[in-house]
Amino acid sequence: MKVEVFGTGCAKCHLLEKHVAEAITETGVAVEMVKVDDIAAIMSRGIIFTPALAIDGETKVSGRVPSVKQIRALLTAGA
Amino acid sequence: MKALVFEPWQAAVDWFTYSVLELSPESHAGSALNFFIFETVKIFILLVAIIFAITFIRSFFSPEKTRAWLAERKGSTVVGNVLAAMLGIVTPFCSCSAVPLFIGFVEAGIPLGVTFSFLIAAPMVNEIALGMLWGLFGWQIALIYIVAGELIAIAAGIVIGRLGLERYVEEYVYQIKVGPSGGPGEEPSMMDRLRGAWEASLDILKRIWLYVVIGIGIGALMHGWIPAGALAQYAGPGNPFSVIIAVLIGIPLYSNAAGILPLVAELTRAGVALGTALAFMMAVTALSLPEMILLRKVLKPQLLAIFVGVVGTGIIAVGYLFNWIMG
Repeated sequence: MKVEVFGTGCAKCHLLEKHVAEAITETGVAVEMVKVDDIAAIMSRGIIFTPALAIDGETKVSGRVPSVKQIRALLTAGA
Repeated sequence: MKALVFEPWQAAVDWFTYSVLELSPESHAGSALNFFIFETVKIFILLVAIIFAITFIRSFFSPEKTRAWLAERKGSTVVGNVLAAMLGIVTPFCSCSAVPLFIGFVEAGIPLGVTFSFLIAAPMVNEIALGMLWGLFGWQIALIYIVAGELIAIAAGIVIGRLGLERYVEEYVYQIKVGPSGGPGEEPSMMDRLRGAWEASLDILKRIWLYVVIGIGIGALMHGWIPAGALAQYAGPGNPFSVIIAVLIGIPLYSNAAGILPLVAELTRAGVALGTALAFMMAVTALSLPEMILLRKVLKPQLLAIFVGVVGTGIIAVGYLFNWIMG
């Protein structure tokens, strides 16, 4: 599974990264986390509202920081 | 200015501070403590109500939808400016997404002036400012703040649009292509919306509660120790420079908007003119230094300066107009 975190380096984006890392450790699912901070790369994915989170190429969350619990649910649903 | 529903609460706080703690209503400490307990609870109740209401309404307006909507109506620009400023209230916004939103709007063919109307209204008319204003000044002032903020966003957007400043947008912005939105497709249910709004409200409160408490705390000290009207001779309606100075002080203060409003409320009690206070609040929310640093990524310095100049002028005009009406 591949999790992408989109953000341009603001506080909320760092928080999202932290939540994702925590959720990955808690679930123990084999996940590859990629951070995308290039604005052109973010926009080419159709995301105009950061921070955003995609799992296996599909945008799941955009414009807010989901809780660790919510991310865990997203990770286990996709597994 | 106290809402009727809070009268029993005021009575309870009076009983606690003056009868249980035996502080005198005339003493500095008694007056400050009474104010602190009453205001903290009242403001948090109003903040929860307003933040929840706005985050719920927001679940119907995603930035993607707003963008598609404005792009369809690119022909008539003044209508576009009005729509963009109104959508700015209900579309979720944080300064960290100012850059991708700006590029997304420009790429969709939305005129520059309309994009700016949105970018000005979105941070200025926000749920935290409205909740605090309602709690501290009453709903009338909160409403005036919304109307004035919207007018500034519309007027500034029209001016920037007419000036034809497209060449002052960084070139790379026009090269970026926005891919098809792979956003969450299905419409959330009503329960999802309510639950989402509640979680978002708690998130916001968690982020701002300490600022609010500290702000009311300092406001309470001012309430107890600074007599009403003490500042009137310096910053009252009679001082012609007060609005300009207030706007200049307000620009670097963005991150503490929640904490700064209780102080502003106390300053008006001490005699600072309401228009001056209103202008200060608008400068704090609409012209923030961190947001300008972010916008510099997409705007050349000339356009950034024009943006600050036009919005700043609008805010100053509203401040003077309001001082003049009230005076």
